[in-house]
Amino acid sequence: MDVVQLQSRLSEYLKSLFNDGTLDGQFLQLQQLQDESNPDFVVEVVTLFFSDSEKLLDDLSSSLEQPNVDFRKVDAYVHQLKGSSSSIGAQRVKNACIAFRGLCEEQSIPACLRCLQLVKQEYLYAKNKLETLFKLEKQVVAAGGSIPSLDAGS
Amino acid sequence: MVMAEESEFHVLAVDDSLLDRKLIEKLLRTSSYQVTTVDSGSKALEFLGVHEDDSTSPDSSPSVSSSDGNHQVVEVDLVITDYCMPGMTGYDLLKKIKESSSLRNIPVVIMSSENVPSRISRCLEEGAEEFFLKPVRQSDLSRLKPHMMKTKLNDRTQREEVMEERGGERCGREIEIEPEASQQHHQQQQLSSNNSAPKRKAMDEMALSPDRTRPRATIASTTP
Repeated sequence: MDVVQLQSRLSEYLKSLFNDGTLDGQFLQLQQLQDESNPDFVVEVVTLFFSDSEKLLDDLSSSLEQPNVDFRKVDAYVHQLKGSSSSIGAQRVKNACIAFRGLCEEQSIPACLRCLQLVKQEYLYAKNKLETLFKLEKQVVAAGGSIPSLDAGS
Repeated sequence: MVMAEESEFHVLAVDDSLLDRKLIEKLLRTSSYQVTTVDSGSKALEFLGVHEDDSTSPDSSPSVSSSDGNHQVVEVDLVITDYCMPGMTGYDLLKKIKESSSLRNIPVVIMSSENVPSRISRCLEEGAEEFFLKPVRQSDLSRLKPHMMKTKLNDRTQREEVMEERGGERCGREIEIEPEASQQHHQQQQLSSNNSAPKRKAMDEMALSPDRTRPRATIASTTP
């Protein structure tokens, strides 16, 4: 594929992530902040999101396995995960966290465990999509092209 | 001259999340501010030259920190802090800043991922200039400059007024006086100038305080 085709493939892929709700406008904000002084800004921030999330998901699993579940702690972890997903525009992960927080109030362990599974699924889906996106970006750059920026309006 | 000075604003950003610190730092740098980030309210106070147990007096230089011998406080033009932090919350930090005679004129902005009206009004009542809903956007940051400029302008006005008086003392009012009498006259002038300077400062502080208590702030929110 030539550069133009690679760029086109990249654009289409990014658009699909907005269309299925994986990403929201905040991701575009991140892209707009990226510049020559910080050309890997988006990748760096998203990588932070990956490591944050994986730790939080582990913490959530272990806190729900405790003999006496501390729901305030569970809520605090979900709040943090909601925050970082919101900060990078991982919309579906954020929405799953919002639902999870609602369940924490009911203090039902089975319900929380199910919800945790949903959050995990959304996270893994988003992670997979973003890693693919970055791969496509690398291919464009390797072929000598620049990463096309998506307008907030398009 | 004035323009160059005004573009050098230094913002202290406080957030326990590394991701959010990275974000706010980039946002602020992109808006051409100098940025320092810290991960807690207590570190913020330390940076501002306040130790939690000590009270600060307005004229004293900041207390020496335990780690290095010569602790120099960098001027901070605005503090932007997350609300939800372990230990000292953003609200607690706001309170401490407003309670400190040396820091209370520094504008404080609160950020939160949660839209809780009672939280927002509590912060504004305590003296926060703005309340930003996270994720903070570039457009939110444009609201910061007026607050920083107002403080810098007030500081400069106060400094200029004090300088004017000192200049008056020096500007040879005693030129035409006979040598013998001049010493006595000069002493009298100095005494009268010293008396008037504190009065003017107090008046300026009074002029500032009505603004402080009135919550003029607006809430910036992201559109859903």
